[in-house]
Amino acid sequence: LPPLLSSPLLSSPLLSSPLPLLSSPPSPLLSSSPLLSSPLLSSPLLSSPLLSPFVSSPLLSSLLSSPLSYPLSFLFHFSQRFTTVVPESCMLILLGLVLGGIVLLTSKKQLYQLEPGLFFLFLLPTIVGDAGYFMPARLFFDNLGAILLSDVSLCSDQKVQAGLMEFLLFGALISAVDPVAVLAVFEEVHVNETLFIIVFGESLLNDAVTVVLYKVYMSFVEVGPENVQTADYFKGVASFLIVSIGGTMVGLIFAALLAFITRFTKKVRIIEPLLVFLMVYLAYLTAELFSLSAILSMTFCGIGCNKYVEANISQKSRTTVKYTMKTLASIAETIIFIFLGISAVDKSKWAWDTGLISCTLIFIFVFRALGVVMQTWVLNWFRLVPLDKIDQVVMSYGGLRGAVAFALVVLLDAERVPAKDYFVATTIIVVFFTVMFQGLTIKPLVNWLKVPRATNRKPTINEEIHERAFDHCLTAVEDIAGLNGYHHWRDKWEQFDKNYLSKLLLRKSVYRKSELWEVYQKINIRDAISVIDQGGNVLTSARLSLPSMASRASFPEVTNVTNYLRENGSGVCLDLQVIDNVPGAKVEEESETHHFLAGNLYKPRRRQTLHDSGDHERQDREIFQRNMKSRMETFKTTRHKRHSHKKDRSQKKRRGSDVKEQDLNDKPRRNVSWQDKDPVVVPVESEDEKGEHLEPEKEEDVGITFVARKVPDTPKERPKSVPAGLEVCQSPSVAPPSPTCSERNLPWKGGIGTLPVCVSMEATKIIPIDLQQAWNQSISSLESLASPPGPVEPLHPRVSALSRLGGQRPVSYSGSGVSGSGFGSRGAGSIVAQGIARFEFPPGGEEKDEEEGALSDQEQELQPLMSSSVRPPGPPPPPPLAQGLGRRRNPCVYLRSLVTAPPPGSEPLARSRGPTQL
Amino acid sequence: MGSTNSTLSKIPNVEELMQETGFTPAHIVRLYDRFEALDKEKTGHLRPQDFGAINRLAMNPIGDRIIGAFFSPGQETVDFHSFVRILAHFRPADKKHPKDPSMPEPVNSRTSKLKFAFQLYDQDKDGKISRAELLQVLRSMLEMQVTEEQLESIADRTIQEADLDKDDAISFEEFRKSLEKVNIDHKMSIRFLR
Repeated sequence: LPPLLSSPLLSSPLLSSPLPLLSSPPSPLLSSSPLLSSPLLSSPLLSSPLLSPFVSSPLLSSLLSSPLSYPLSFLFHFSQRFTTVVPESCMLILLGLVLGGIVLLTSKKQLYQLEPGLFFLFLLPTIVGDAGYFMPARLFFDNLGAILLSDVSLCSDQKVQAGLMEFLLFGALISAVDPVAVLAVFEEVHVNETLFIIVFGESLLNDAVTVVLYKVYMSFVEVGPENVQTADYFKGVASFLIVSIGGTMVGLIFAALLAFITRFTKKVRIIEPLLVFLMVYLAYLTAELFSLSAILSMTFCGIGCNKYVEANISQKSRTTVKYTMKTLASIAETIIFIFLGISAVDKSKWAWDTGLISCTLIFIFVFRALGVVMQTWVLNWFRLVPLDKIDQVVMSYGGLRGAVAFALVVLLDAERVPAKDYFVATTIIVVFFTVMFQGLTIKPLVNWLKVPRATNRKPTINEEIHERAFDHCLTAVEDIAGLNGYHHWRDKWEQFDKNYLSKLLLRKSVYRKSELWEVYQKINIRDAISVIDQGGNVLTSARLSLPSMASRASFPEVTNVTNYLRENGSGVCLDLQVIDNVPGAKVEEESETHHFLAGNLYKPRRRQTLHDSGDHERQDREIFQRNMKSRMETFKTTRHKRHSHKKDRSQKKRRGSDVKEQDLNDKPRRNVSWQDKDPVVVPVESEDEKGEHLEPEKEEDVGITFVARKVPDTPKERPKSVPAGLEVCQSPSVAPPSPTCSERNLPWKGGIGTLPVCVSMEATKIIPIDLQQAWNQSISSLESLASPPGPVEPLHPRVSALSRLGGQRPVSYSGSGVSGSGFGSRGAGSIVAQGIARFEFPPGGEEKDEEEGALSDQEQELQPLMSSSVRPPGPPPPPPLAQGLGRRRNPCVYLRSLVTAPPPGSEPLARSRGPTQL
Repeated sequence: MGSTNSTLSKIPNVEELMQETGFTPAHIVRLYDRFEALDKEKTGHLRPQDFGAINRLAMNPIGDRIIGAFFSPGQETVDFHSFVRILAHFRPADKKHPKDPSMPEPVNSRTSKLKFAFQLYDQDKDGKISRAELLQVLRSMLEMQVTEEQLESIADRTIQEADLDKDDAISFEEFRKSLEKVNIDHKMSIRFLR
């Protein structure tokens, strides 16, 4: 009887009794011998010299090669010509070839090899973990059917290649589409996301299929083809199912475990990232231990835990996890490709056979294409948006083979498979061919076929709004038509998730935050602080016409410009050209609106991501209440009055120049609004988006005095930017010598005159009582910021005294002063902006600083300014330099004086002192 | 199949309906079942209250508008034929049959999908989305915490962006233009079960 089950590869008791194994804790298994006998597992991980192989050559060399390769990959990234034509992976392989050649020349023996142990234990997990953790879960599951199908069918294609068992084996391993290669190439090509997810997801799951098929065929080969019985084939299929499903289960179990653990790490935030890495990696190792599909396990662990973990861990941990994972993954990727190149040079492993190689290449193409066509044909029966021919071409062309196949083929036992050398050679050629040739040509191909790319174009606001409306519309129509096939299970899952999983896995504070008064208060405190912070920034920028908007960091710009426009329409003398001339402004404004919309639009049920179940509830409640209200209103027309009245008022507000009243009306509301918005789990995507938005702005900053500062994120950077700001203060030459006319005019539009008064108004009157604590806390935080370390120490008490004296008002002043000068670092522009913000004060302002009651005096002084908020812009200054300088200086001094009150009149002194004071 | 045929025979002019909407018999039967389920009093007509009874619709911020879209002006009820006709807007466009120029534009064309969306905004049916109308929709779609002022600036911005003829309103043409780059077929289609 063919001892199939006792063959080393399948010898683990898994096949015969998988369940007890799975349920038993892993620790005893570590020592159990039958598992260890499987060569794939035993090689590096569990055998006694566990660490030796890694400590010696591969790890060392990887350490050596990564610093070397990194600058190079940087180089590729930055040199435009290369990156547009050659994918990075190709370059890395070439580099590996060169390196390998050098090593071979010098030492005659290849020292560094891509060893399967290293690959499977360290390199692959990092890449897969990264991919799994950040995989857009929704897309993945939407396309899961496609992925699964394509996967299985494509892998089995290769069987036809040859009758021999060896060829079956080879077919299995060579047909694996490699996640690493696909990721590397497709990410650079920017195909649309559906295509990307399908191909990439397929390649991820491929691992399961490939490894299992590989093992099955391996055992067949060992047994000998003539001994294989029909039942064994079924056992093979069964083992495939067990391996893939088991791997998934392991991953999910670990995901739940991880999520559950992170529930309790509130006190030990520092270990959160570590936990994430460890658990995900543990999922990988455990699956590997059971001979289950490790990649599947890891992927599903990442996908599964992402939602809960992201909600549980702190923002800092989130950032750490994100960047560490990305870094590790790209390091691993680099190393893999370089190793591939290096090991290809070593001739001792090769045995060239042209026929085999060419046949393999042809077969790969043919079967891949065949499989894709067949499977999409089946799929299109079920898809809303069918995959068309072009997609199919790209899918089949995108089947890059890579390191997985290579590692598997190297793993072959030369004694059992005599043709191993041929296989190795062929695999290397195939990998090279697919990565190099296809990788190189896929971009032109995609261009030529006009495959819809992933658009970096930001949707316009119209599109954003309308699309959201469409989504709601579709949801409603689905409800009306009583169709629940497509989203039925998704909804079911969401219910389950909301009712059980989230309760179990999410922190209480995250899950029921809205109900907890303490949390509410905490958030209020934070809000108040950020209000002050942003108030400061607003002052700095001097662009904000409505200080009431300050509380919503992302919003001021929008209101701002639209207000300009409106005022313009109402005949106020404002030069709109100036705004249009500033290239950054419009873009920025738009992106701000996007953020705002993205944050505040109701999400339709079907588009609900897994991320925000807590939010969902609130949303449902809100909408429900609103709908009910509106229905009520149709019955009771009396209610309508109130509504329209409100509207009228707001309209009046809008046009009126009485900013004070507006402020009063808006402030409390806004404060409340913050409370809800902030603590909500921030999905990773939005973070990314933000990053994208901000980066270009930074560049724009340089030339424009329009101070495209990043109001939202500045508060975080405060400590850093303060010293930088000092630098700017110290060297006035940094500031642009002569601001252009437009630059000068811009801040005018903000109605500068009104600004400080408004801030003070909001400070005195609008802070609700329950926010007092918050204010106090923020005062103290500002004080600590304002308190200078060295010589100015004696001045500091005065600030606090002032703040106590004048109630809240001075605080907001000092806050703005501090952050204002602190953020001078944003660029020279902001200094100018400060200057402009201030320059309309009478020159006497400086002297006033000396007086104890300076602030109240100023306010009186400002009063007339405020009432005439629509003053025409100042005439373009004929002697620009002198005036500009004067303007720039005054405000600086003025602002600083609010905080630390330097000796008046002595401008150079003040400037030189600036740094120390701050 | 037998039950399909018997249901179909209950519906008058079913052939015509299928021709017009492009639904298959299976679709029609399915929708008919749904229609009957909604029509609690078995009058053969649906009233707004019948739609209101759908729980999830109450959770939909623009649910009322969509219900309204089912009723042609002046009518209090909707019969099965118009019900199906409205739903046919959301049928994905079929690529296999190229457009027959002699036929009138199918109800699931891009334009008619857009028209449907447009009328959700344009409540007074003057062919323009005015600022007030846009504000209403925005108000219902944005969360409570958004202030009136912010709403207004969004509305202004939106109109400003789409408004080509500077009449401070969005006409259908402008609406279409502003969504030119959007794959409407994708975004406004539901996969009706077979």
